[in-house]
Amino acid sequence: MTRPLAFVNARLVDPHSGWDGPGALLVKDGVIAGIVKGGEPGAISDDFEVMDARGAMLAPGLVDLRVKTGEPGAETKETLKSAALAAAAGGVTSIVVQPDTAPVIDEASVVDFILRRTRDIELVHVYPAGAATKGCLGERMAEIGLMAEAGCVYVTDADRPIVNSKVLRRVLAYAASFGVLVAHRPADPWLAAGAAATEGEFAGRMGLPSVPPIAEKIMLDRDLALVELTGARLLVDQVTTACALESLERGRARGLPVMATTSINHLSFNEIDIGDYRTFVKFDPPVRGEDDRQATIEALASGLIDIVVSAHAPAPAEDKRLPYDEAAPGAVGLQTLLPALLAFYHDGRIPLINLMAAVTSRPADLIGLPAGRLTVGAPADLVLCDLNAPLVVDLDALKSKSRNSPFDGRRLQGQVQMTLVDGRVVYQA
Amino acid sequence: MTNAPLGLNDVLDRTFPFPRRHFLSVLDLNPVDVAGLLDLADGFVALNRQTAKKLDLLKGRTLMNLFFENSTRTQSSFELAGKRLGADTVNMSPRASSISKGETLIDTAVTLNAMQPDILIVRHASSGAASLLAQKVTCSVINAGDGQHEHPTQALLDALSMRRAFGRIAGLRIAICGDVLHSRVARSNVGLLQMMGAEVRLVGPPTLMPAQAERWGVPIFHDLRDGISGCDVVMMLRLQLERMDGVMAPSQREYFRFWGLDREKLAYAAPHVRVMHPGPMNRGVEIDSDVADDPVVSLIQDQVEMGVAARMAVLAALANRLELS
Repeated sequence: MTRPLAFVNARLVDPHSGWDGPGALLVKDGVIAGIVKGGEPGAISDDFEVMDARGAMLAPGLVDLRVKTGEPGAETKETLKSAALAAAAGGVTSIVVQPDTAPVIDEASVVDFILRRTRDIELVHVYPAGAATKGCLGERMAEIGLMAEAGCVYVTDADRPIVNSKVLRRVLAYAASFGVLVAHRPADPWLAAGAAATEGEFAGRMGLPSVPPIAEKIMLDRDLALVELTGARLLVDQVTTACALESLERGRARGLPVMATTSINHLSFNEIDIGDYRTFVKFDPPVRGEDDRQATIEALASGLIDIVVSAHAPAPAEDKRLPYDEAAPGAVGLQTLLPALLAFYHDGRIPLINLMAAVTSRPADLIGLPAGRLTVGAPADLVLCDLNAPLVVDLDALKSKSRNSPFDGRRLQGQVQMTLVDGRVVYQA
Repeated sequence: MTNAPLGLNDVLDRTFPFPRRHFLSVLDLNPVDVAGLLDLADGFVALNRQTAKKLDLLKGRTLMNLFFENSTRTQSSFELAGKRLGADTVNMSPRASSISKGETLIDTAVTLNAMQPDILIVRHASSGAASLLAQKVTCSVINAGDGQHEHPTQALLDALSMRRAFGRIAGLRIAICGDVLHSRVARSNVGLLQMMGAEVRLVGPPTLMPAQAERWGVPIFHDLRDGISGCDVVMMLRLQLERMDGVMAPSQREYFRFWGLDREKLAYAAPHVRVMHPGPMNRGVEIDSDVADDPVVSLIQDQVEMGVAARMAVLAALANRLELS
């Protein structure tokens, strides 16, 4: 067992209790053993190794609800272990992996495989999301009850919208009876077919096949109607457009049990970043215009968007070094999620504690994890981050097996100094 | 600026150091470069009409035509242009061979690059493909059409045809008509003609118009008669017939009825109007044979001739740059 740790002179940021201020925190036996809020740590027993945080932020480790690895099936892109290493280096202590692997996580045995692999790796917590339908094909329901028993934390067909309304209705109603959350991607598949960019002046000039932003709203409106019909909870998988945010707001106002995520990529980039066909800036959903990006930031600030995900999607060079419309979408993001998010704090746009809520307490609460809070007895999943330390994103410093980061060369502020999972130091700068 | 066609000797005196290694987009050019290229091309038109058509400006140079999409006319136009300037030319159509074996665009280009060509001429179905290649090879790259993005040598040859027909480009009123959405020819022409001071308009059904095309700084018309009204040049674009089958328009006959160019509609243009088409034409779909084949009105055959000269000008300019580096 590792030695008990005492962090002193920290800036404790705990969205769960609403505390953002100086304090000290004790870690023992894998859990948070004590918290002192305020300037004076008081007497600390000699058993503890004292760590002087020198004013750095000590916060719950990040909970990332949307991560892809290549395991099982495409281990050359990313393994659970390499993703876990990247997560640890990024201060992310819990990740939820998407079910669209090969084989698809659509039955209990594959859920169990992920959990066993995670235990062997012993880095960060990895939770599987199960497929909502068999093979993520949107036709027949997967074994949602059995997967939930085995430990999946929600169900989703990942990038694929469930087009057939009858199927989604049944998935929502059935999953709700087990208390299982359904996540769904809002995208009209016909408008979005073949698109690599968002329709508008830029995509038109660049000659890129594009999808109008309204495709997101059209599908979201249907999903909201099905939520109303079934009464089931829905997690909207990445809202990225102003028009869909309007729909979400109306749904919320009607009291529908709907939560929404957005990705750090859509908060940080706009279509102009595509520049001369940079495929690292190709995402799914596609990168939007600046108006949509600003609307998304506003929605995060107002709380309309609950959760920010990294949308970590490793793609090796051979999948990215292609013409823009042929290149694989997606970006790695576990290691850059926190510093990229901190940009909105440094800009004075969103208070730190609100930003941290979107990546700690809210996602943890949503899927029922005990983590995501600084509470005595809670698991000691922690990140220590020097908020002001400058950072130039360097692809060679990424731990992922794929290095497709659109943040390449970007100047960010905020360096992770230490990450703890269940009291174990899993990363130290 | 009224220019009488120049003789070859005048032109060779005028070769200028081209400021770029690649020829990828009309947006990389400025009006001085364009005028210089057009002057050069004028000289090559004269050369091409002589019995002895061959120069040795590109002697010892190797030119590779890398066409991932089939194209008889552009490929042979580049091949002839290269040969007339004394280069060795090789034609590759990797569509059938290596791509089907899983080799990527970059792999193919890097392989060919290792054979030390001086200029690689690329056509590919994806927007940005030529630019991607240019980042990965050491030779010069000419974009011979990348997806729905650009076809800069086509814009240059169109400008050459117009300048020779009207003596100028500035002030011409030019309607580009048809499938603008999928057309790289339209995008390159809008950029280059606007740069040279022409007044460009786009005409076509809304299903074939790019989103927010009005922000390109060109008026948009959905009615062909309104659109070509008073125009000096009517440029028809090629239609892919499979898009006319209820996809982008209900049928070929309906399309021709409203957006096909015939005598009756052409009467709305200026009396001295000239008609252009990048070819190959779908007669009876976007253009009536009666108009296309009328030597008084049609510049379509001129465009093909100008194509070789314009490409010789681009090759000569890039070769000049190669000499310096």
